[in-house]
Amino acid sequence: MAIGVKVVERPTGEVSYLRSTLSGLATTFRHLVDPHKVTVQYPEQRWPIAPRWRGTHRMLTTEDGKAKCVACGLCPTVCPANCIKLVPGEDEQGNRYPLVFEIDEFRCIFCGYCQEVCPEEAIHVGRHFENAELSRDRFVYDLARLTSQTHDVCELWDPADPKGE
Amino acid sequence: MSEPTGLAWVALSFAKLLAIFVVYLGTVAYTTLAERRISAWIQDRHGPNRVGPQGLFQPIADGIKNLLKEETIPGSASPWLFVLAPALAFVPAFVTWAVIPWGAPLPTPWGTISLAVADLPVGFLFILAISSLGVYGITLAGWSSNNKYSLLGGLRSSAQMVSYEIAMGLSTIPVLLLAGNVAMGDIVAQQQATSWNAVLLSVAFLTFLVSAFAETNRLPFDLPEAESELVAGYHTEYSAMKYSMFMIAEYANMMTAGAFISTLFLGGWDIPFTTWDSTGAPSALKSAATFAMLYAKTLFWLFFFIWVRWTLPRFRYDQLMALGWRVLLPLLLAYIVLIASVLLALDAVGIGRGGAYVATLFGVNVAVVAVVAFWLDRGRLVSPAASRLQVQELERLRQVAARRAAIAAAGSRGT
Repeated sequence: MAIGVKVVERPTGEVSYLRSTLSGLATTFRHLVDPHKVTVQYPEQRWPIAPRWRGTHRMLTTEDGKAKCVACGLCPTVCPANCIKLVPGEDEQGNRYPLVFEIDEFRCIFCGYCQEVCPEEAIHVGRHFENAELSRDRFVYDLARLTSQTHDVCELWDPADPKGE
Repeated sequence: MSEPTGLAWVALSFAKLLAIFVVYLGTVAYTTLAERRISAWIQDRHGPNRVGPQGLFQPIADGIKNLLKEETIPGSASPWLFVLAPALAFVPAFVTWAVIPWGAPLPTPWGTISLAVADLPVGFLFILAISSLGVYGITLAGWSSNNKYSLLGGLRSSAQMVSYEIAMGLSTIPVLLLAGNVAMGDIVAQQQATSWNAVLLSVAFLTFLVSAFAETNRLPFDLPEAESELVAGYHTEYSAMKYSMFMIAEYANMMTAGAFISTLFLGGWDIPFTTWDSTGAPSALKSAATFAMLYAKTLFWLFFFIWVRWTLPRFRYDQLMALGWRVLLPLLLAYIVLIASVLLALDAVGIGRGGAYVATLFGVNVAVVAVVAFWLDRGRLVSPAASRLQVQELERLRQVAARRAAIAAAGSRGT
């Protein structure tokens, strides 16, 4: 009903054409000649990845190059996205090992439960993000692919040190 | 030395045409790169630096991309005008280059030639006439796209360019008063004889600069494309090379405006603090040096256009119109009268074109600039809708509103 017009009093210097234009031109010129740039030129320069970054998986191996996995079946059980396919096998000495171990990275939600649950510290989520492929089936990582990855792996969250210091 | 005639004239004109075309198109292509890199530096980024050293092949890559891209024509667009409009924007931007004298006359075995492609006796009027044709391309592009944003962009552009043409034309009248001729060569010669028009006619220089921004549709006056309101304005529906032609036309217009400002107000191809360039016999060295001088001045204006673009926000439409019609027009009309009177007075007192002449005109201009700057710089908004609301006025409006509400309430009780 009543007209509620708010009249804002601004200092003359702020709303004057000439002074603000000239100071604006000075500001942009300072930035123009300033050699400091904020761009990270990606392939050559990279940001550090956070220690708890959870990316595509990596299977750690024993010293003789075999996967550490004992095919206990905990990771396919805990996996909320149901993306791990595990077929266990057993050798003559009674050691269990995975016959088939496949992770569908498209289904994976990168929660990291597989790494948390693994008793052998075999499967890990990796600190890695460059995953481009030319076909969709290349995104199902089999055991050979998982063991041959070399990137860093995620550091799990430690409840005793919640900030990771 | 006489001018070449016959076949030599045709061949030399063709050579000039080719040379200036190459220089212009190359500069325009690299202005697009300069715009992107300078805008990046202003925003603390790097800009395109991947194609070739420092991104120097980027314009070539852009050109190839635009040539190979798919062109779309909207089904409901007017097919002929839609195709014609980019060409209508493109051609005037190129034709205006013809009359700008790019340097001191060049001696050749067949005679001395002027470094303007066409040394028209009415060169100045030619530029004003042709550059105002560019608005047809933009307006027709907006109309023929059959798109509301395009149409609004085209309408704004036509209104804006017609309005600022007046300011532009009026701010060049003092130049003509001084030169007494409309040939570009004579305007340059007059500045060499006395002093640059930026000194003699600072007010005209500054207003011409402002109108040049509006005429080239550059920020802060790029309302025809205003991406925050109109998607991309008049070229919303254009793709591939047709879109690219609008861009090339914009940058070509910038370069023409830069060369035009330099010629009218910064002495053209005059090299300051020396008379070596304009006196004595013409030589190839003089032509090269003066060409480099005008080219440097033009590059400075291109940089200035880019610098201002990445500094100032866009004007609102009513502010743009108010600036053109309510500030520049009366200011320039008064200024023309003032300059004409000063010239008459100087003539009557008998002061020739020397130091006193320059000093008087410069003093008058400094005074006018100071007055205008003082008036503008008081927190004033140039806008029809910008009168600051006074407290009493606000009180009065509230009383009116309350009275109306009371009447309305009484009326509803009565029924």
